[in-house]
Amino acid sequence: MEKILVGLKRVVDYNVRVRVKSDGSGVETDGVKMSINPFDEIALEEALRIKERGEAGEVIVASIGGSEAQQQLRTGLAMGADRAILVETNDAVDPLTGARIFMGLIDREQPGLVLLGKQAIDNDNSQTGQMLAAIWGRPQATFASAVVLDGDKAKVTREVDIGLESVEVDLPAVVTADLRLNEPRYVKLPDIMKAKKKPLDQIPLADLGVDTATPIRETKFEPPEQRQKGIIVEDVPALIAALKDKGLL
Amino acid sequence: MSKILIIAEHDGASLNQSTAKCIACAAEIPDAEIHVAVFSDNGADVAAAAARVAGVAKVLQVENAANKQALAAVLAPQIVAFANDYSHIFGPSTTFGKDLMPRVAALLGVNQISDVMSVLGSHNFQRPIYAGNAVVSVEAPADLIVVATVRIASYRAAADGNNAEIAASACAADLPDHTRFVDLQSGKSDRPDLQTAGKVISGGRALGSAENFDLIYKLADTLGAGVGASRAAVDAGYVPNEMQVGQTGKIIAPDLYVAIGISGAIQHLTGIKDAGTIVAINKDEDAPIFEVADIGIVGDLFQIVPELEQALS
Repeated sequence: MEKILVGLKRVVDYNVRVRVKSDGSGVETDGVKMSINPFDEIALEEALRIKERGEAGEVIVASIGGSEAQQQLRTGLAMGADRAILVETNDAVDPLTGARIFMGLIDREQPGLVLLGKQAIDNDNSQTGQMLAAIWGRPQATFASAVVLDGDKAKVTREVDIGLESVEVDLPAVVTADLRLNEPRYVKLPDIMKAKKKPLDQIPLADLGVDTATPIRETKFEPPEQRQKGIIVEDVPALIAALKDKGLL
Repeated sequence: MSKILIIAEHDGASLNQSTAKCIACAAEIPDAEIHVAVFSDNGADVAAAAARVAGVAKVLQVENAANKQALAAVLAPQIVAFANDYSHIFGPSTTFGKDLMPRVAALLGVNQISDVMSVLGSHNFQRPIYAGNAVVSVEAPADLIVVATVRIASYRAAADGNNAEIAASACAADLPDHTRFVDLQSGKSDRPDLQTAGKVISGGRALGSAENFDLIYKLADTLGAGVGASRAAVDAGYVPNEMQVGQTGKIIAPDLYVAIGISGAIQHLTGIKDAGTIVAINKDEDAPIFEVADIGIVGDLFQIVPELEQALS
């Protein structure tokens, strides 16, 4: 295929312990380390491997957000993507609007495959890939742990609750990456230098002519209820006694 | 009044308990009429099971050879064909519902509420974000249909004891053939299902090998428990991926959870925070798992687990 389109979302780094603001208006993101959503990084790695096998000509990374999202796109270019597109907006983007924006990019680029992460680790919605496939009217293969291309079809192994499901989809299609699809490569310094010269197009959101969806309104943020620390018992008989005490044995 | 359609999860033969948990969630919405849709190629037994669940007013049984496997691209247009009659459409936040429901929502032109953990009103819910490190209250637009997935670890299954009407329903939607089921590899065992078991025993990297995981299976069988594992144990190849408990695996809420040789990474704790009682067995007394465990025992699992198993058998 000619092109693979990969979505990269800028999110709070997975190592950051997120805290709710004391006034309940959101979570603390000032001065917090930001990274590519880990599942999106896996999606990009898969696209690069497909290209390196000679099964795709070009890997395009795309993000939606403010100019700061260029950092994540540059990282994607350093990993090996050929070019990048930033759809610029300073507003929060809900999953359906995000899917419509990607549909706008599909109309422009006509990719043979769209690879996204199975969910973003900030809002944990797990919606955008499925929604994109729906409005595109194309197949979706979510939670992928293996992708094998075969001409105008792909066989995708999916991590489902009861095991591993294989589906065959006609291309073009949307595939969303799960944790075990691959291990993304590390970026080397020379690649970071090279990435600076790769093209990064900025498209104002308004230019795509996307019909913005009505978001689900977030009214209040709270920390989760914490479990209390319990007791330490000395030995197995004491453990059994404690379990019997709770009626669990 | 709210009219709620719940999409049944099933394997063709039996109704997944996630459905009764969705029903329990829907029943919290004031003045709700709850219908369950069973899409299958031969779903009489599943429809009968759904009709027995308390709170259900009606079961729609939609038979179609194309529904033999639950493919989102095939099911979504059929669900949309029924949507006009409903104010809400719910599915479980299992891999079945997570795959399907956003496709339904997009076809209906609405955003989805993912992982409902509590109901505050007909259009107001709470859901976890940032791997459960925050809880957000959300409000769906009042003039649009509500499409949501239900975080099943947050609900107890609605009980049986009902005899709802079952209506054979036809659906004229145009179904795509661009997505085809190939096969399912499942390590299906006789043990209780991890997601619905009352007791779960999980092992971590400290087990050291796939062979040593037998200790976990033995203890689980003695207790009649399901078996889970940490991500580290799955990544090390001791057990298959479907046994992973945690943010990126299964989120569970058994009455008893026993974590053996699991240090308690945040992503694991996210998967068990709704468990009734957490027991931790670990040789490192500073392991984070002890911060959330109700009962902890510090020591060598290779001594403690066999001793516990013997004492219980």
